[in-house]
Amino acid sequence: MKPNILILLLVIFSVTSYGQDVYFTKTGTVIFDSSTPLETIHAENNQVTSFLKIADGELNFAGLIKSFKFKNALMEEHFNENYIESAKYPKAVFKGQILNWAAIDLDKEEAQEADLEGELTLHGVSKKITAKATLHPQNGGIQASCAFVVSAEDFEIKIPAVVRDKIAKEVSVSVNVNYEPFNR
Amino acid sequence: MSQDLDELLNNETIGGKTYESAAFKATRVINGHSVKQMNARHLDFRISHRFGALNGGVYEFFGLDQATTHLSLEYGLTDWLMLGIGRSSLQKTYDGFVMLKLLRQTAGTNDVPIFLSYMGSTEIVSTKWADPDRDNKFSSRLTYVHQLLIARKFNKRLSLQLSPTLVHKNLVSKSNDKNDLFALGFSGRYKISKRIAITSEYFYAFRADDSSYNYPNSFSFGVDIETGGHVFQLLLSNSLAMREGGFIWGENNQDWSDGGIHFGFNISRVFSFKK
Repeated sequence: MKPNILILLLVIFSVTSYGQDVYFTKTGTVIFDSSTPLETIHAENNQVTSFLKIADGELNFAGLIKSFKFKNALMEEHFNENYIESAKYPKAVFKGQILNWAAIDLDKEEAQEADLEGELTLHGVSKKITAKATLHPQNGGIQASCAFVVSAEDFEIKIPAVVRDKIAKEVSVSVNVNYEPFNR
Repeated sequence: MSQDLDELLNNETIGGKTYESAAFKATRVINGHSVKQMNARHLDFRISHRFGALNGGVYEFFGLDQATTHLSLEYGLTDWLMLGIGRSSLQKTYDGFVMLKLLRQTAGTNDVPIFLSYMGSTEIVSTKWADPDRDNKFSSRLTYVHQLLIARKFNKRLSLQLSPTLVHKNLVSKSNDKNDLFALGFSGRYKISKRIAITSEYFYAFRADDSSYNYPNSFSFGVDIETGGHVFQLLLSNSLAMREGGFIWGENNQDWSDGGIHFGFNISRVFSFKK
């Protein structure tokens, strides 16, 4: 009896510590849009790294500012040089938590609503973000998406008066990731 | 047993290799090319003016009575290949050039420490023949330019560039003049704010002492002002020509010390056709 329990414990232990305790992606997508009727301002970064801890729903994201690609090369240059200053602040980082983690069932292969809260650090400024996210466990991974709105002002990104009508003050951000089990 | 998530994030190399951009604001430092070129499906429409020399005095309104113009359209066929055509009022010159981006400076690392580009151009003078009775050949109107552009963006403010150049004129003034002229360009920009930079440019030409083209070297100062889709470049230069075969060869260069200085400007307007 005793050796069996020990084996069982070992199996459970090895599964939790090696199998599935952290999910990750290196190809997450973050899109932002601050378009106005005068100007389409839209950029996409699909090299975003993210980790999600299964034990408690803790998660984080990091992406390089320079990996945000615009259709207009001049816009991309101005974004990096004048607004977000990517030479000085090369990364955007988010660290947070899924608040209703206990209610998420990863064995159920269907879309589930998650309450996300965390801190976004950008342009040297950290700001609390809350958002509704969707988690969809499927094919051994988790497909996750989220959308929220930030304002350039909150991150001390100055928009000069001459272009104030062309750039939206509220920037909509959408995030899409396909998590896979992280193997060390 | 649980891992520190932040540690995991820090250990992962995030994103791919990135490159420095915007070593210069415009495709010209002042008269000469910079390593900046149009990306794929972007068009640069450039309008440049040089006024008369400041030493023209009140009679010439310090040069503002006269103006020399250069117009050009420059298009990025791909991110590494740009083609341009231009027309200058000075000697009624047409020009065409090709620019190839060979190396890009990497950001954050020194894997590639410099930008390297090649510029090759042909200029065609189209003024009427001075002596129509002579056996004039079309080839006599042509000047060729080969130039390497080597630049480094040292920090977000300072970029410096070296431009070794060969200018070949098919027709020179005297029979013992050489058709080839080597020159080395030194140029730089220093940003004084996010949208304003000061620039300077000097082309040292290796002229033979006995040549009939012992003209002053081209030396210019400027200010770049960027406003959204436009870049305005205001400048002072002892060169009147706005193409390499003109300002490097130097037949219209004057002396800074004599007040042979031209006020001028370049306006660049960029259009994106990327869908």
